[in-house]
Amino acid sequence: MSKADRLREVMAAEGEAVNENTQGFNAGRYESVARLEDYEELKEEARSIKEDAIERLPELIDELRESVEANGGTLYVADDAEDANDYVRSVVDDRDAERVVKSKSMTSEEIDVNEALARDGVDVVETDLGEWVLQVADEAPSHIVAPAIHKSREDIARLFTERFDPDEPLETAEELTAFAREHLGERIEDAEVGMTGANFVTADTGTMALVTSEGNARKSVAATDTQIAVAGVEKVIPSVEDLRPFVELIGRSGTGQDITSYVSLLTPPVGTPTIDFDDDETPISTFDGDRDFHLVLIDNGRLAMREDEDLRETLYCIRCSACSNSCANFQQVGGHAFGGETYSGGIATGWETGIEGLDTAAEFNDLCTGCTRCVDACPVGIDIPWINTVVRDRINHGGEDWEFDFLVDGLTPDEETGSPSLQKRFFGNFETVAKAGSALAPLSNWLADASVSRAAMQRVLGIDARRDLPEFRRETLVDWFADRDVAIEEPRRRVVLYPDLYTNHVQVERGKAAVRVLEALGVDVVVPPAPSSGRAPLSQGMVSTARDHAERVSAALEPYVEAGRDVVVVEPSDHALFEREYERLLDEASFERLASNAYEVMEFVYGLLDNGAPADALAGGDGEEIAYHSHCQQRTLGLEPHTVAVLEELGYDVLTSDVECCGMAGSFGYKEEYYDVSVAVGDELREQFTDDAARDRTVVASGTSCLDQLDDLLERPTMHPIQLLAE
Amino acid sequence: MSATPVDSLASALSALDVPCERTTPGEFEETLAEHCRGSAVGVPLEGVDAALSGTDVTVDPTPAELDAATTGVTQASFAVADYGSVVIPTTETGTELVSLFVDRHVAVLDEADVLPGMEAAFDRFGEELRAEAGSGIVATGPSATADMGELVRGAHGPSEVRVIVLEGDDE
Repeated sequence: MSKADRLREVMAAEGEAVNENTQGFNAGRYESVARLEDYEELKEEARSIKEDAIERLPELIDELRESVEANGGTLYVADDAEDANDYVRSVVDDRDAERVVKSKSMTSEEIDVNEALARDGVDVVETDLGEWVLQVADEAPSHIVAPAIHKSREDIARLFTERFDPDEPLETAEELTAFAREHLGERIEDAEVGMTGANFVTADTGTMALVTSEGNARKSVAATDTQIAVAGVEKVIPSVEDLRPFVELIGRSGTGQDITSYVSLLTPPVGTPTIDFDDDETPISTFDGDRDFHLVLIDNGRLAMREDEDLRETLYCIRCSACSNSCANFQQVGGHAFGGETYSGGIATGWETGIEGLDTAAEFNDLCTGCTRCVDACPVGIDIPWINTVVRDRINHGGEDWEFDFLVDGLTPDEETGSPSLQKRFFGNFETVAKAGSALAPLSNWLADASVSRAAMQRVLGIDARRDLPEFRRETLVDWFADRDVAIEEPRRRVVLYPDLYTNHVQVERGKAAVRVLEALGVDVVVPPAPSSGRAPLSQGMVSTARDHAERVSAALEPYVEAGRDVVVVEPSDHALFEREYERLLDEASFERLASNAYEVMEFVYGLLDNGAPADALAGGDGEEIAYHSHCQQRTLGLEPHTVAVLEELGYDVLTSDVECCGMAGSFGYKEEYYDVSVAVGDELREQFTDDAARDRTVVASGTSCLDQLDDLLERPTMHPIQLLAE
Repeated sequence: MSATPVDSLASALSALDVPCERTTPGEFEETLAEHCRGSAVGVPLEGVDAALSGTDVTVDPTPAELDAATTGVTQASFAVADYGSVVIPTTETGTELVSLFVDRHVAVLDEADVLPGMEAAFDRFGEELRAEAGSGIVATGPSATADMGELVRGAHGPSEVRVIVLEGDDE
């Protein structure tokens, strides 16, 4: 089955439930974190605790071992899944246990401990209701927090009826829950061993924190006399006090709960008496509390990830699922498509690469478009898109030699020494295509649109024939500017407008508008030729090509910055590159010079107006109703409000889109394997902009990709907001 | 007048649909009776000016009595006002069992043990856990699940929670 077919199938079967649930979680996250006065401080605190803990991990494990042993428990550090399973099997065997009741844990999914125990004839029962549904259905989790998120209430009712043939029909969520509680309650009370994960383990006391809502983890521990906790080595943090920011952040980040019903802080073996549930004579306090405790910390590739500069931050992950819930693509396809053997969502690329290997990560890595919506959502500030980019780069160079290399090298000279796919090279070297496109326009546009060439492009490059291609303009923005002769007397500011690839070759009108608006506000503008930003190759995981672009852009703009000019950027994804990714591509001084002097164009206009530039020099809105879609990376940088403020100041009535993303994100929507996902994501934007409140509004959007997508989705023209100001 | 920690706790609990009753030692038995449903079991209260001995609550029940009970009464070590959380200790008298294997959990708490927020709570946990390797459950509202298609209260644990704060008799 092709990737496109597989994605269509998953979306048809599971998309609706995944979409509803993830968006509910995501909306809850926004509401819940807004109630925290010190949200950003907590995030910084959480991150610095993880940075410190991973840095000092070996010594913390030593300290933890002393604490656990002093408490009367055992700590075992397992090298890999087999080692961990062998240890767990030996504990279960020593206890002569027939049944293990287990609360939800990703680490135990990672090592397939259920299968290992089942081979020994042990009955392993999942007690988390979602996990149990999947155990009954014999399916894999599709979300790291809510494993059965892809199943609707009706699906579960059908499943229970088939498997258990209940006396009374089960329909409502209450009935299904009551049935599961009853069924599982009996098994928990009869079990000998309780297995749990651990969200955090504190080295100073050997205390483990379990974040749950159902109470099954509590019962699994209380009702059995032997507890086995399995967790990755990265879960160790220094002290009990360090738990605080995580306890305040984890539920909010994941499901939008201020706190989950239960945060168990267990320092096992716990003192609760181990009772015989059938005893009707002996008071509870008379039972003794003899308990056995085994903490199994699993390496399984993690200590190597710790040494890997790019994968290391993955170990800061607290498994909250915010990156999944905030991801527009995940919201459509869920973890069965956007995930590997164990982990799913944005951060899964890091986990699967470190634990399973590149092959597993390669299967879903391209579903990350680098939109960065997960970056602000992550409570420990992991740059998840960067991890996806570098892993994509490794996948590019880890594959077999590409047979069309000679062809690609001719068409698209680049810095890559390995062999990204032809499709990736095409999009990664779009600057070459755009230059040729402009030089040959309109012939190039006519050719590109012909059905024969579209079929060839789909076959060779995987460019979906249903998607309109950008139309290259014969006269680029730089050419147009070079022929102008405008002098600004006593300029308010002096800027260099960065002619990004699309503004220069395709969206030339928005570039002209930007120049006119800036000049109207008394700004001296220059638009010199400049290399493309490197966004295109970076999206394809071509990091060394992107680095070459970054260096050339820096060299081209630096003389202007040194001459006292600000850098104004029209394309938000390029502005984000200057502010974010260039830090990883340039030397520190060059990055600082560019990042601290660069402004998104509407942000710059906002600053001008705020500092006294005359708003009446610009076209006013006079109450005109417009619908505005900001850009994902622009939102991550907190720049959406500037555009809205400028438009409102100029008298526009602005309605903003509240969907996370347009679904286009650069080349993503052009690729035939992802075209349907892109359209499904965009559909939410289409719905919002075609409903009663927005139907008659003029549509404006900041990003090239957003405009491409909106042009395809809507039957009315779109433009960049700067064009409104210049009209 | 600024809100006291008990006021904040009551307000946070109210948002969770958890009734928070303030009472005095003298009124305790009467107040507790209003909040018990069906047969009630409990663990002895310690260090507060109230006891279960004069109530209908079966103190230190057998496992079978626990299994049959609807209400479980236990003392909370402390509460976190901002979140409406009560901290359930694990004790040799079976606090964890009595608070968990019932449908309604009634937590009894001294007003002096209401802490304002998580920072104070974790400072206290740090001291206590380093001193005696103890355990505690930060419990906030009833047990709940959304795994069966919509939110249901009362998954494996209690579906209802009540909090009784013991305040001093007249100042």
